[in-house]
Amino acid sequence: MSDPLLKVRDLKIGATVYPPGEKPHDIEIVHGVSFDLAPGKVLGLIGESGAGKSTIGLASMAYGRGGVKITGGEVWVNGRDILKSSVRDIRNLRGAEVTYVSQSAAASFNPAKKIMDQVVEAAVEQKKFSRKEAEERARTLFAKLGLPDPDNIGKRFPHQVSGGQLQRCMTALALCPEPDLVVFDEPTTALDVTTQIDVLMAIKEAIRDTGVAALYITHDLAVVAQVSDDIMVLRMGDMVEYAHTDQIINSPKEEYTQALVSVRSIEHEEKNPTPEPVLSVKNITARYKGLNFDVLKNVTVDLHPGQTLAVVGESGSGKSTLARVITGLLPPSDGQIDFAGRTLSRDLAGRTREDLRELQMIYQMADVAMNPRQTVGTIIGRPLEFYFNIRGSEKRKRIIDLLDEIELGEKFMDRYPAELSGGQKQRVCIARSLAAKPKMIICDEVTSALDPLVADGILKLLLDLQKIEDVAYLFITHDLATVRAISDSIAVMYQGKVQRYGSKSEVLSPPFDDYTDLLLSSVPEMKLGWLEEVVAHRKMESAGN
Amino acid sequence: MKNIPISALIGLFLTAVYFLMALLAPIIAPYGMAEVVGDVWEPASSKYWLGTDNIGRDLLSRMIYGGRTTIFIATAATIISFVTGSVLAFFAAVMGGWVDQVLSRFVDLIMSIPTLIFALVVLSVMPVTIPILILVMGLLDSTRVYRLARAVAVDISVMDYVEAARLRGEKIGWIIFREILPNALSPLIAEMGLRFIFAVLFVSTLSFLGLGVQPPEADWGGIVKENKEGIVYGIPAALLPAVAIATLAISVNLVADWVLNRTTSLKGGRG
Repeated sequence: MSDPLLKVRDLKIGATVYPPGEKPHDIEIVHGVSFDLAPGKVLGLIGESGAGKSTIGLASMAYGRGGVKITGGEVWVNGRDILKSSVRDIRNLRGAEVTYVSQSAAASFNPAKKIMDQVVEAAVEQKKFSRKEAEERARTLFAKLGLPDPDNIGKRFPHQVSGGQLQRCMTALALCPEPDLVVFDEPTTALDVTTQIDVLMAIKEAIRDTGVAALYITHDLAVVAQVSDDIMVLRMGDMVEYAHTDQIINSPKEEYTQALVSVRSIEHEEKNPTPEPVLSVKNITARYKGLNFDVLKNVTVDLHPGQTLAVVGESGSGKSTLARVITGLLPPSDGQIDFAGRTLSRDLAGRTREDLRELQMIYQMADVAMNPRQTVGTIIGRPLEFYFNIRGSEKRKRIIDLLDEIELGEKFMDRYPAELSGGQKQRVCIARSLAAKPKMIICDEVTSALDPLVADGILKLLLDLQKIEDVAYLFITHDLATVRAISDSIAVMYQGKVQRYGSKSEVLSPPFDDYTDLLLSSVPEMKLGWLEEVVAHRKMESAGN
Repeated sequence: MKNIPISALIGLFLTAVYFLMALLAPIIAPYGMAEVVGDVWEPASSKYWLGTDNIGRDLLSRMIYGGRTTIFIATAATIISFVTGSVLAFFAAVMGGWVDQVLSRFVDLIMSIPTLIFALVVLSVMPVTIPILILVMGLLDSTRVYRLARAVAVDISVMDYVEAARLRGEKIGWIIFREILPNALSPLIAEMGLRFIFAVLFVSTLSFLGLGVQPPEADWGGIVKENKEGIVYGIPAALLPAVAIATLAISVNLVADWVLNRTTSLKGGRG
């Protein structure tokens, strides 16, 4: 093996924390991580949030984000320790030898400048190429990354291309100065599955064709398995396992890695529909004020008591709008919603307290779904007080019961949301909606902001609670693995229409319509070579047509 | 209450001294407020610590009584402006639609007239008593508070927890006072420090122009007005209220800064 391009030895990274009510103090967030990366190879860094994977990625450019300091160790790039380099040397390194692709291209591009100006900026600035050469190279990269109209796309502004295209533009930006190493920080996480697969393939081919080495950071093991040669599993700033991709996926040694590989193993038997649905959405059409098209077009679905209807679709498919219509936040322009044997008023103001109580909602972002200035006890206690007029010691007892139900317990009662982890926050939100004793809960992407293992815990909890409380869920998600795990029936939405609707077994068995097929086949699978298989399969199909 | 930074300690100390002097003026002041005790513009001496004013009254006593009036008027006006301004602003933000439009455009209308001129016009037709003065200042200042509070509240009112409260069927009072107000407090407190000082300056300006506190009542702006001729002869009496206003402004804002730091944390911790 040739000399490694990137050699990291005993890297230690610290940060200052400011806990409420305490003195600020320093903590270590990465505890001595070491790895090598040979030229042209790809190393996947994987872990849950807080594992330190992004921090390590940025440290290989000698950068610490937002008060993060590199406190020890060595980072060798092309045979020199960049942690000991001068500011000027590091400036010359960034954007020339090492480049970076961030998670949100939309937030990283300057909206006021054309794409081409930003793509060639580093290459020209670092005097790697003349402006003309750099633009030529950028156009070649645009073509290589499968962007439409590669000769002219650089003349557009960032908002004039789609999210997936912008992410590819960012990859072109990173590859333009002919770097030796690219750090990819969750480049496909913010994308829809069907877009993710294209971007993934584009990145993989670009890495292969340009012979660049890459650090690929993600929380999704199935994704990283497709692109990397080696994988390092991180947890709380420690290395858990570091081996060939093949070994991590097929024969993981550590318990934690095994848990990551086997995540989403929840089994859920599909229930048969009952004669009387609890919620019946009939021919709903809706649009937002100021839009000249309907966001929901003639949507009809049923949800049966004690069961789960999964509404699945990509961003812009109208699935969250459906939730807003059902809750009354967005009055539909046409159609009718029947709930628990009565017809619901179109807007919130016309609904009775009973309507509101029986139809609860859980949000995607638990941190903004709870008032940061209220304690957990107040948050869960308010519906009890509000709907049932329960106060004093009885309220306290009920809150404790609810906290036990969500597996948190009494000690959480006086905590503030800021003192809870992401999973605990979502559990408190679940308890808040259960406190109202609802017939139905709308779960809007409740697990998408959570790490896979935590999300699994939440899904299990939701299923257990469904058995105890006999509550129905309308489960909105873009994640098909989640759908498989918990649903009884499924509605696939695409561009505001219900594309496919039926029981879980019906929807998930062939023959599929084109869109459902595309959606199902785009979900990354935890096996090597999956990406190539799917892409080859698609090419064959399109050639056959 | 541990870990108070030194700047906040200084601010707290000076603010407390000013407010205590205002409260205990009759006890602290060596002479009566309007009592002529010596010659015109006597220099500072052990008898008159800051000298005497244009008609021979003890300047220290005038300053202390003047501080009492100025601080009282400014505090009362600030409270009125914050209560009316923020309650109306939260109401507009929560209701949205035409309620928001009517209130906001009305506030724009008032704000388009320079405050000082507006106040001068109102006060020249109304009897200039202290309650009227406080009311006029408070209401005029509430337009500024309204602007800030509405901007803050609009951001908060689209948060999921406010939506959750709406979906629960909560009344508007609960949404304003229990969901929005606690989360809007930090910027409002910071603004309050600033607004209080503006109120001090405003009442001083009015008095200087003769439309504020009426003689023989003392107030800082009035003291400047009475002694302004002395500047020509090198008598510093007119500058003392300026020093008092400046130190009060700095110390109140040091405290406001510290409160702001304590209550805003990126994690939205408790305040």
